[in-house]
Amino acid sequence: MHHVTLDTWSRGASALHRRDPRAKVAALIVFLVVLGTAQRDLAWLGAVLFAFLLAGLRWAKLPLRAALARAGVVLPFTAMFAAVSWLAGDPARGAALVMKSYLSALAVLLLVSTTPLPLLLRGLEMTGTPRFLLMVAQFLYRYLFVISEEAQHMRIAAAARGATVGGLTGNGARFRAAAGALAVLFARSYGRAELIHRAMLARGFPGYFRPLIAPRFSRTDTLFAGICGASPIVMRIIIESVA
Amino acid sequence: MMPPVIQVSQLSYRYDDGTVALSGVDFHLNAGETVALLGENGSGKTTFALHLNGLLTGQGDVTVCGLPVNAKNAATVRRKIGLVFQDSESQLFMPTVLEDVAFGPLNQGMSPDKAVERALVALRQVGMSAAAAKAPYHLSAGQKKRVAIAGILAVDPEILVLDEPTTFLDPPGQRALADLLAGLPQAKILITHDVPFARATCSRAVFFKGGKILREGTVEEIAVQEEWEFRPRRAEF
Repeated sequence: MHHVTLDTWSRGASALHRRDPRAKVAALIVFLVVLGTAQRDLAWLGAVLFAFLLAGLRWAKLPLRAALARAGVVLPFTAMFAAVSWLAGDPARGAALVMKSYLSALAVLLLVSTTPLPLLLRGLEMTGTPRFLLMVAQFLYRYLFVISEEAQHMRIAAAARGATVGGLTGNGARFRAAAGALAVLFARSYGRAELIHRAMLARGFPGYFRPLIAPRFSRTDTLFAGICGASPIVMRIIIESVA
Repeated sequence: MMPPVIQVSQLSYRYDDGTVALSGVDFHLNAGETVALLGENGSGKTTFALHLNGLLTGQGDVTVCGLPVNAKNAATVRRKIGLVFQDSESQLFMPTVLEDVAFGPLNQGMSPDKAVERALVALRQVGMSAAAAKAPYHLSAGQKKRVAIAGILAVDPEILVLDEPTTFLDPPGQRALADLLAGLPQAKILITHDVPFARATCSRAVFFKGGKILREGTVEEIAVQEEWEFRPRRAEF
């Protein structure tokens, strides 16, 4: 499972893993703003920021190839828009879109691969992110596995009764089968949500999560946020002034 | 004589689709006793349990430790009754086992340190200390069930209600659970189809049918009167 792998990675023991989530979130935001607002010399800037992220992946002792491949999950979406730009006669814009989206995904991946979810959510909460939003994120993360497992069970049950994609003649039949399966999955997810809510109420849930973990922001975290936040800005200034 | 810790009088409940789930149920649970709720699938056992801590509200009276179960007392009642659900997957919603077990104590207003201490004690009780840092989805079904029970033990309730507690547990796990329950001082309600387990753990049983309590007695009496234990019809196949 995709998020099980990320969960395993996030529980590493590198110096980057040990940094306070707020410091990492601050550095990420600066990185995304620097990347997102860049207009000139994108090839050079992209290469330098990519090297910067590679250094981060190495520092966190994460498997490089696997991490680079996982960040590519955004490419099918952006490739479509890039193709539209290409066809409209603006290939440079299409290439910039692909580059920016891939580097953004890699930066976010570096954050979630070096910060266990409870700590990340707690860090975000301490920076003022709305609790409700964080609660939704937490449940989505926790039950993604359960819902995908249920989908897998349905697929196996269908296969056990002789169902094959090729066996359904015509696109209409395939569409109806897929739509039916999605509807069942939605109904099951809805039922599951009700059960979870009951279980939470039964254990005295007051409407918000009380934190168990309290991250501490150290001087090293301040230094980390300063260096990692300033680096992309300095890189961009140098590249734009040299070019 | 001490008053019952749970007293239910003429409890009735109808689901939104018109299904009558409970009809005039009378029940009591004395301090320290363990009672089995037996009965057919869909006979109202789980619906009955959900009324005990106010998760469902029907017609009739439900009193827990002297408190009427209503919206005003719901928070207090839920501290007194620990409910272990049939489906452990729905009960384990926090990112790690330790956080999940500490969820109840934190909601009781305990400090994080105290809540962790409580959670670790509860995990030790069910033999799951080694899983404290794990994510719930890394556990087997039996382990999830044990952690779900630990989550309830951590809030130290006065009454335990366990819905199908032996589901997914292997025989050694069932024996360990029976030993664990026997050592707990709380009054307990076990909703189960597992007659040998009920026989080993419960001093009394009630039999639900069609939303009513049809019979009351020992597990043995009900198993005989209702033929409520699996036995092959023929000695050989």
